[in-house]
This record gives sequence, C-alpha cells and structure tokens, in this order.
Amino acid sequence: MSRLSVERRTFGVLRWVTIVVLTLASVFPFYYMAMMSFVPIEQLLLHPGRVFVPVEELTTQTYSSVLAPTSEGGQGFARFMRNSAFVSFVTTLLTLVVVVPAAYAVSRMTFRGRNQVNSTYFAVYLFPAIILAIPLFVGLSALGIRQSHVGLVLVYVALTIPVSIHMLRNYFNTIPVTIEEAARVDGANRFQIMWLITLPLARPTIMSTALYIFMIAWNEFLFALLFLTAEPPLWTVSLGLSQLASGIEVPKTILMAGSVLLTVPIIILYSIAERALTEGLTSGADKG
Amino acid sequence: MVATTAAPPGTRPTRPRRSVATRRDTRDAWILVSPATVIIIAVILVPVLWNAILAFQDLGFRDLADGRLFGTFTLENFTDTLTSAGFWRSLWTTVVYSVSTTAGSIAVGLIAALAFRNSFRGRGALRSFMLLPYVAPVVAVTFVWEVMLNPQYGIINHYGTRFLGWDQPIDFLGRAPFAFLTVVGFEIWRYFPFAFMFLTARLSALPREIEEAALVDGVTPSQNFRHIVLPQLMPTIALLSVLRLIMTFNKFDDVFLLTGGTAGTEVSAVRVYNQLIGSFDVGGAAATALVLAVIMAVFLVFYMRIVARREELT
Repeated sequence: MSRLSVERRTFGVLRWVTIVVLTLASVFPFYYMAMMSFVPIEQLLLHPGRVFVPVEELTTQTYSSVLAPTSEGGQGFARFMRNSAFVSFVTTLLTLVVVVPAAYAVSRMTFRGRNQVNSTYFAVYLFPAIILAIPLFVGLSALGIRQSHVGLVLVYVALTIPVSIHMLRNYFNTIPVTIEEAARVDGANRFQIMWLITLPLARPTIMSTALYIFMIAWNEFLFALLFLTAEPPLWTVSLGLSQLASGIEVPKTILMAGSVLLTVPIIILYSIAERALTEGLTSGADKG
Repeated sequence: MVATTAAPPGTRPTRPRRSVATRRDTRDAWILVSPATVIIIAVILVPVLWNAILAFQDLGFRDLADGRLFGTFTLENFTDTLTSAGFWRSLWTTVVYSVSTTAGSIAVGLIAALAFRNSFRGRGALRSFMLLPYVAPVVAVTFVWEVMLNPQYGIINHYGTRFLGWDQPIDFLGRAPFAFLTVVGFEIWRYFPFAFMFLTARLSALPREIEEAALVDGVTPSQNFRHIVLPQLMPTIALLSVLRLIMTFNKFDDVFLLTGGTAGTEVSAVRVYNQLIGSFDVGGAAATALVLAVIMAVFLVFYMRIVARREELT
C-alpha cells in the first residue's frame, strides 16, 4: 500500500476516534453532575461506578434541600441565586452603558489619544486579577464597601470592560462608514448618528456582548471569595457552593444539585449566544 | 450649523476645516470614552500602582483595621520574598504549570480543530458541546472533578482499581505527583476549547485552492498539514500561546478550588492569596505580586521585540 492510502486510512479512523473521545471528555462531567444531583447520597456510596441510574431511584429531594433557606434546614441556594442574578444583572447593565459609547468612539472616530486609550484597554486585559486583589481589598475596606455587592459590581464592571470593548469594536468596524456619512450629510451630529443609526444596527452584537458579560459576572469566584466570605447572606452561588463544599459535611449529591443550579443559567445563555459569542471573540484571529 | 464658519467655501480649502472637525471629533470621542476610561483607571490602574506602593511597606491587617493605609517605607518585603525558598518553589511550579497547560491546551485544541475541519452531520452541535468546559462556572466544574476523582466513591478510582489494575485508589488531589498532574490535566481540559475556537476560525478562513492542487499532486495528509496548513496557522498559535501563558501564569481559582495549593501545586497566585488571607501579610503579598508582574512584563517586552523583528523581516 502506498503512503498516501495508509495515511488517508489512519487519519480517517483517527479523526473519528478524536471526535468521540473529545466530545465524551467535554460532556461527561456535565452529564455526571446532572445525574448525581438526582441521586440520594446512599446510592452514590453503594454504587460508585454507576453511569446510569434506574428511574425509580431518582429523587428531587436534593434540590428542595439545597434551595430551602437555612432557617428551614436547607442550604439557602435560592438566596445565593438571587444574589448572583442581581450582581450579574447590574454589572451587565452598567458595563453596557459605559462600554457601548467607548467602543463606538474607538472604532469610528479619529481623535488624539485614541491609540493610548486602545492600548490601555488591552493592557488591562493582561493584568492579573490577583495583583488587583490586594489593593482592591485594602481600598474597598477603607471605603467601607468591601463587604457589599456595590464593591463587587464595581470590580466586575472594570474587569468586563476590555473584553466587551473588543467584541463591540470589532463589530462596529464591519459597519460601512458610508451609512453614517449619508446621515452626516443630512445634518446629524455624532451622537445622533451613533444613537439612531449605528446602535440599532449593532443590536444583536450588543445583546450577545451583554450575555457574555452576564456569564463572566455569574461565573466569577476570586473577588466574591475575597470580599464576601464573612457575609453568608451576600454570597453568590459560586461562593456559596465552594464554602459549603469545603466546610461542614453536606452530602455531595446535594452539592451536585447546587452545581447544576450554578451551571444551568450559563448553559441556557450560552446556547442563545453561542454563535455570536465565538464570532465576537475570535474575530481578528482569522486575519493571520 | 454643521459647516464651519472658519473659512468661506472655496477659499483656503481643506486644512483649517479639517482641524476644526478633528478637534470636535476629539472632544466628542473623549466624552464617549471617558466613563469607561475613568473606571479602568480607578479600579485597575490605580490599584496596580498602589500595589507597588504597598509592596514597599510594612503593613498588616491590624494597621488597616486601625485605618492606617501607609506604613513605614521598607525593602524588607522584597528581601523576604526573594530569599524565601517557598517563593522560588512556587515560581518554578507556576512556570511548569503555565508552559505545560498552554502547550497541552493548544495541542489538543489543534487536534480537535483538524478533526472537526471537514463537515459531517451534527458537527455544529458537537462543536458547541466542546465549548462547555470553557464557558461553565469554574466552581461547578472543579467540584465535579473532585467528586469523580474522590478516593472513596469517585467513579475514576472505582474503574481504575477494578479494570486498570491499580493496587489502591489514587488520591488524585491530595498527593504529590498526582495532584500537580491532575491540576495540569484539568486546565488543559478546561481551555482546549479556547484554542479550538480560535483555530477553527482561522482554519475556516484558509483558502482551499492550494490544498486542492496539492491533493491532485498526491500530497499525503501529513505532508499537507506540515507544509501547507501549519505554516498558515502559526500566527494564530503564537497569539494563543502568549494569551494562554499570561492567563495561566496568574491562574488562581482553578488550582485553589481543586487542591488549595497543597501537595506540590502551590502556584504563585495561590501563594499570594495565602500570604494575604492566611498570614495577613499585606506587604509581603504585594511584594510577591509585584515581582510576578515584573517577570510577566519582561516576558511581554521580550515577545513584542521578537514580533517586531519578525515583521521587519517579512
């Protein structure tokens, strides 16, 4: 057999092996998480190797126990979910308000200092969160807003600005300037052009950027840990889950239900925005 | 009202008019840019500079609680940092960790992108499944890994002892070489989708003509990859390497959540956290963070130089 046909055949097989293995590796932990969240803890201990669980053994007890408030003997996740939703929602809104005009300006207008502004946004993207942790911890303590959602939102807004500007700017760059020039000839000024013409065109991208900001804020862990550990009523889902997992003995299956509650909103948002999101993030990568 | 009054039309054409327009654009642009910029300066740039100041001070939590934000100037934090064995050990751990996870996640991402290159039924769906590890909340995924790897009831140890001939369950997250290998494996698992996403975007933009011509000439798949596809992917791979290296060099949550930095997995970011929260040593933590930032900056400057030189050559 020639090298050509040998290679074709091997790579043909390897390709499918790769696809199957990688898909399983990506999906299995999520399947396992979901399955375990419906199983009573005794069953997990009895049959640690089970990948499928008989339907009659499934229970939703784990969910009611993880969601119930601590006063009723639960883990209080309903409250954590509300906290996370609030923090992520406010973060998204505030970030959009500051980021849309900024992205418009860096994409559309030539002005003195544009390069500096642009490179500042990029540099910020590279600053490690752990370096910010110390001064922010100290500074927000001094201002008395460390143990509050205000401090957390402030930090999340700053952390999501660079990526959102990147995504929006790339999209604005693809809108032909001629559309704006027509409006300018009609006597519209910058702000009118931006508000009435460019933003409506960019609405889908703004929506997917919003979803991405929401996801980042919902998933965040380090700053929630730094700022809010001492304040259980303010915990986000991430923080609540990590604290309960490392603290007093709560059955793992109940915490698995907590993991599902933490993950499901993200999967929903991601399935809505997947396409726009990958395009927004990778645009620029194909220019080589 | 839009037209400028500086010059009547026809006389002295573009120059003064353009400069007025540019100045107005500059003013308008700064109005649009300033809220985002102010937040970035206040919440990121000022703290980074402040971190540098904190690193030169002898400050503990007690002082901060008393409302003292400035201690006495000292170099002690740096001498302590640079002479402690723990710092160098964690730096070495970090370097090995970030280099191996960067290389691993890009390699797996590249293999995935190549496997998914030609379309088949259900490709779109599988592709989006593969991005799940990257978008899912880190706390949830580390927690599932922990349960799956648990020595008592974890599914991995269950099958490992039964079918792979392990003498006893392996404490994947609590014992020295396993913990580090697990943490690296986790990071590759979590971030190969990121490389996959970028490389897929680049692959789909490659012109197919050259490859088709090569195919007619009897070029084998491996030759095609080696000489035609890979060279065109190199710029993307280089960019990914830098981004991933920077991100993993400062990685905190993944390692902290999996092992807490025990059993040979104390990467630098976890060490900074332990100094801050565990030992209440604000100045020491700031000094460690600053040294790390400087190392990173040196690396970046070095990289930019190489890129600039390469661009001059081509």
